[in-house]
Amino acid sequence: MSPKYKKYTRPDLQIIFDVIEPHSSVLDLGCGTGELLKKLIDEKEVQGHGIEIIDDYVLECVAKGVPVLHSDLDKGLDDYPDNCFDYVILSQTIQQVHRPDVTLNEMLRVGKIGVVGLLNFGYWRVRHYLAFQGRMPKSRVLPYEWYNTPNIHLSTIQDFRRLCHNAGYNIVKQVNVSKRKRGQLLPNLLPNSFAELAVFVIKAK
Amino acid sequence: MIETDSVGIVKRQFYTFAEPPNEMPLESGEKLGPITLAYETYGMLNEQKSNAILIAHALSGDSHVAGYYSQQDKKPGWWDFMIGPGRAIDTNTYFVICTNALAGCQGSTGPSSINPATGNRYNLSFPVVTIGDMVQAQTHLIDHLGIKRLLSVIGGSMGGMQALEWAIEYPDRVVSCIPHATTTRLNAQGIAFHEVGRQAIYADPDWRNGNYLDEGVVPEKGLSVARMLAHITYLSEESMHQKFGRRLREKERYGYDFSLDFEVESYLRHQGASFVQRFDANTYLYITKAIDYFDLQQDYGSLESAFKNVMAKVLVFSFTSDWLFPTAQNKEIVQALQVHRKHVSFVEFDLPYGHDSFLIKNPKQEKLVADFLRCVYDEVK
Repeated sequence: MSPKYKKYTRPDLQIIFDVIEPHSSVLDLGCGTGELLKKLIDEKEVQGHGIEIIDDYVLECVAKGVPVLHSDLDKGLDDYPDNCFDYVILSQTIQQVHRPDVTLNEMLRVGKIGVVGLLNFGYWRVRHYLAFQGRMPKSRVLPYEWYNTPNIHLSTIQDFRRLCHNAGYNIVKQVNVSKRKRGQLLPNLLPNSFAELAVFVIKAK
Repeated sequence: MIETDSVGIVKRQFYTFAEPPNEMPLESGEKLGPITLAYETYGMLNEQKSNAILIAHALSGDSHVAGYYSQQDKKPGWWDFMIGPGRAIDTNTYFVICTNALAGCQGSTGPSSINPATGNRYNLSFPVVTIGDMVQAQTHLIDHLGIKRLLSVIGGSMGGMQALEWAIEYPDRVVSCIPHATTTRLNAQGIAFHEVGRQAIYADPDWRNGNYLDEGVVPEKGLSVARMLAHITYLSEESMHQKFGRRLREKERYGYDFSLDFEVESYLRHQGASFVQRFDANTYLYITKAIDYFDLQQDYGSLESAFKNVMAKVLVFSFTSDWLFPTAQNKEIVQALQVHRKHVSFVEFDLPYGHDSFLIKNPKQEKLVADFLRCVYDEVK
């Protein structure tokens, strides 16, 4: 298997997993190899469905028994009627779509609750990299060069909160994630600088 | 030499049912009987009879989907690379069945069969059958084999229509289905191509209003033109360009006459000529008609209502270069199933071979089908 984009161990998966109620219906946008959906189907007995653009990943979903649609999120979610899922997940995918605002809007049209995993470009290491190396930041979660990155719409936690505010979405919950071993004090105090990732639970007003 | 992962030497079998007065009612309102279906099976039916997979063929296919008829046989069945011990549809695990469709010409009852009531060939007195009728006929064979539920019904093109029909009409008899390179209804373009093919047959003086076999002739010209046309629709511009380009056939320069110039002409003539050796012109008329009539939207009011009662897990796949049954048409199946939150997966393969892509060996297609079947079989085991 030679996937186009590498994926990394994702600390946000457990948080998203915890948010989802058992026996609910879940659509995972950019579901990758179906790891999260498989766990949700097996352990929380959700009705899960995924959308993924990379065919090798789609094949891995099918191999896990996870129902999946090989499709491009940027072509929209026209296939789905309004409010047909309890949850729609967008985990570390929003930065890869052409119009994050449109995708969010679609997400909250087909689902009652949106769960978004966000890479925080305001994380201090990222700022530090740009400030002192003077180059586009690279890290464990941002491994690409500026010219070949699929991450075309990186944002900070503040950016995302502002988009939700402007679009009229309610942020029901925000969980800040840091890989730091010394606890979550700083990430929770100043998430825009100290959280590497954040998970948002959002609803249309 | 037959490969070690081939199903090996196989034999065609026959099953006859619907003996009068218990003829099978057809969608048209007519009745037909007796009906014989030619079929082949590979692998062993397990004790619970839970491992049976039905393969449905496309327009010109037959029951010989895998294996060889003899050691000398040069070509295996039409989907051989998918079926065999250790292959995607693993005959060590599954019991595989393939029938020649009703109205076919490879052993099943069709227009060239003798009507026992008259002692003459049916020819055009054979009733027009539908995809639904083909599937209804298959249910008789599946009953005869003692199988209550099929683990899967798998088919491409017209075979995909049959797979859909199974899932819709017999929801409790199908655990899963894999329609691919198919559609929920043939579009105007598809009907148009079929009509040109039929017109080519009608126009052949040797067609004799369908009575050619009684008069000792065969409408070879008409049927081969129909096949040549159809064959173009199974390829793609890109694959034809790659395969033939503008290469000339055994000459350095144009002949400046109407003899054979281009490789592609030679190829199509060969396709036409070999087709008439194995296919019956009237069957071509009947089967294209059955495909033309296939329209789930019309039959059930809407696609949503057509798929409402489906219980099978469904896997749909399509090909980027298939312009006869393009991805968008395959996706309509997926959309309608998703409205009801059915278990459905969809993959589009990026291959240049046109509609016929599903008949060409492709490791991703093999993996997809093998994995999907393993998951559904794990659940019924």
